[in-house]
Amino acid sequence: MELRPILSSMRRNKVGAILIGVQIAVTLAILCNGIFIIEQRLALSQRPSGVDETSVFAIDNEWVGDPGDLPARQQADIAALRALPGVVDAYAANQYPLTNSGWSESVQLDPDAQTPNTSAALYMGDEHALNTLGLKLVAGRNFEASEIGERRPTDRPHTAVIILTRSLAQVLFPNGNALGQSIYVEGNKQPTLVIGIVERLQMPWTNAGGWAEKYFEHSMIAPYRIVDSGTWYMVRARPGQLATVMKAARSKLLEIDRARLLDTVEALSDTRIAAYRDDRGLAVILAVVCASLIAVTACGIVGLTSYWVSQRRRQIGIRRALGATRGAILRYFQTENLLIAGMGALAGIGLTIAVNLWMVTSFQMPRLNPGWAVIGALAVLLLGQLAVLWPALRAAAVPPALATRSA
Amino acid sequence: MFGYYLGLAVRSLRRNVVLTMLMIGAIGVGIGASMTTLTIFRAMSGDPLPDKSAQLFVPQIDNWGPKRHGAGTTGSGLKLQDQLTYIDAIRLMDAHAAKRQSAMYGSGLPLVPANPKLAPFTARIRAAYTDFFPMFEVPFLYGAPWSAADDTAHAAVVVLSRKLNDKLFAGANSVGQSVNLDGHVYRVVGVLQDWEPVPKFYDLTDEKFGKGADVYMPFTHAIEQQLRGSGSFNCKDPPESGFEGVLRSECIWIQFWVELPTPAAVADYRLFLRNYAAEQRRSGRFDWSAETALRDLPEWLRFSEVVSDEVRILVLVSFSFLFVCLLNAMGLMLAKIMARAREIGVRRALGANRSAIFMQCLIESSVIGLLGAALGLALTALGLLGLRALLSKSIVALTALNTLDVTLVLALGVASAVLAGLYPTWRAGQVQPAWQLKAQ
Repeated sequence: MELRPILSSMRRNKVGAILIGVQIAVTLAILCNGIFIIEQRLALSQRPSGVDETSVFAIDNEWVGDPGDLPARQQADIAALRALPGVVDAYAANQYPLTNSGWSESVQLDPDAQTPNTSAALYMGDEHALNTLGLKLVAGRNFEASEIGERRPTDRPHTAVIILTRSLAQVLFPNGNALGQSIYVEGNKQPTLVIGIVERLQMPWTNAGGWAEKYFEHSMIAPYRIVDSGTWYMVRARPGQLATVMKAARSKLLEIDRARLLDTVEALSDTRIAAYRDDRGLAVILAVVCASLIAVTACGIVGLTSYWVSQRRRQIGIRRALGATRGAILRYFQTENLLIAGMGALAGIGLTIAVNLWMVTSFQMPRLNPGWAVIGALAVLLLGQLAVLWPALRAAAVPPALATRSA
Repeated sequence: MFGYYLGLAVRSLRRNVVLTMLMIGAIGVGIGASMTTLTIFRAMSGDPLPDKSAQLFVPQIDNWGPKRHGAGTTGSGLKLQDQLTYIDAIRLMDAHAAKRQSAMYGSGLPLVPANPKLAPFTARIRAAYTDFFPMFEVPFLYGAPWSAADDTAHAAVVVLSRKLNDKLFAGANSVGQSVNLDGHVYRVVGVLQDWEPVPKFYDLTDEKFGKGADVYMPFTHAIEQQLRGSGSFNCKDPPESGFEGVLRSECIWIQFWVELPTPAAVADYRLFLRNYAAEQRRSGRFDWSAETALRDLPEWLRFSEVVSDEVRILVLVSFSFLFVCLLNAMGLMLAKIMARAREIGVRRALGANRSAIFMQCLIESSVIGLLGAALGLALTALGLLGLRALLSKSIVALTALNTLDVTLVLALGVASAVLAGLYPTWRAGQVQPAWQLKAQ
């Protein structure tokens, strides 16, 4: 294929070529970065919390008018919930994953260190917590009933034993020997013994970017029954019985005592949807924009190339009359588009990486693998070729006899 | 002449319907996308109190020293603390160094309505000082704020939101009536008119675009009742046991606002804050030279990163998208106008000067712009509907088109089309009549 005639005709039509080239470059930059964000947000929203979300639900129980003797009332409630048909287990919690608000405390290995090693979400629960949430114990043991204490939110007790997530254990003890070691939590100078390690339990915070993303599985479970006028009752239903149990639990609690508010009775699968709503929303909107962008760019190429074809009908007729085949005409427009789009795509790869680097600094986003920009560039080139096909076919259909007619 | 050109433009647009549709479509889609996100962005970054925001300030004090690590309930980075300790809040209140000042925090309490037909519910509480109301120009429907004497007396008085008053008292004047909060009886002294500043600037630690309080009560009374805050609670070191321990601790959980009407008052308050921090160092509470800051409301919204990353990304993406759409429309317009080189040549030969040709093409691109804007407006309305289905309520509550937005869309549409048509129009003016005619 001879490139010189293409180049010289492009030189006479600089603005059109530049318009398409720039369009391709910007399209590539938006597409690559957009798809990268979509992929990240979807991955984020699919991280497992560690909880058996399909059968666990939370009840926000708030006593009205300070009825007194909260520990006994709570014990009675929990016992009644555990006795409900269809309930696997239940316990009283201070917080649970996916809610985006919660309680975290410092963790350190040296009690006298000025700076703690890290901070971790502090989940409180009794010996039923692991079973209720469906957490998988990978090492050590669960709490025993004798280890469980009562704790009010403003108490600062010494915690004797604790269960960590594998991720937190790994950060504190990179050699993997966390079990049986002592750590110091909540700035307390007395040691806390690590008695168990669970596979996974997410922090309550799910926001993209920032610290919650880096430490999202830094959680620990302390052996407390949280005593407060408002606490969460976590309940796990047998598979398939969630809806029935949710209703039954609500009426059971009201039957025991009406002087309470049950503002929220929510399945964890719904908590998850609410937690990641904006991430998913962003992904969907970006997908719509990316699709429209592809359509607009393709239409632009079709429109402008059609114009060029109609402008050059006479020249095409002459070329055909001089012996050029239909294939040669088709190839001419395909090659022309490839040249323009190729230059646009090259600029686009640079622009993609520049935009990504800027997002890394301003939105705490990870780096894009440049390989993806190259794959994106190939896709955009393909898009250009497809878009130019129709006008090029129309050009190839110009009859040679046109050359003999005057305009 | 204008009417004639308009007629020409319409005729020319009808000659090549596909190309015209493509142009209108490109401009419309671009405008629809960018206006949708811009509407949200404007709502989020708007000034909730435009006529007063320059007089409202948040004092900040670094009470944690060089190691500002986040060991508390949420990790705060290296930014200066966004709230105050109870110790500092009370001392700044006592100092009375500003025209008006109020420490405040949010909480919740079970409310049992007197009407047995109404179910009990959790009422959102804001504990504040009486200055809260005049400082933020909070409008009252009935009654008035509680008095400074009520603040000193830790009085059990409340101001209700209009919504709560509608619910409990069917909208009647409830001043003097009582409300039962968690077993305690409170006397109503005032009812607010609808007051929902967006964003909820006075407390951004919880939900930035959340609903305001149902019940306002004196800060002093809430503390006496040991009412814990429901918002963010951050500590450098864990507090001692009990509510008293929290009050004595270096934990930050209280918002603080001051009203400083003149630049001189602002300078004075800055100096006061610096002196206060120095005094804390002398007394041995701090062993560092504590940084202080005084930010006004607009600066405070930026400091608190009110506009979410999601919305920023969407605005950037949609405006890049608009840019591509404009390039597109420009290419198509170029094609369209250059295809008429012959017609333009004839007109030029018959005596039309360059500016007349320019005028004609400008009107044609404006017509395209107007049509594109109309399409963009429809798409914006559709886009906002879509966002309402996709994003959380707190963001979506902001998304309503107003007349300003509509004007903005139309202006943006015409401006973009004219911008896109500028080069093609200029090219049209350059057509040499003799050359064009000869070529035939």
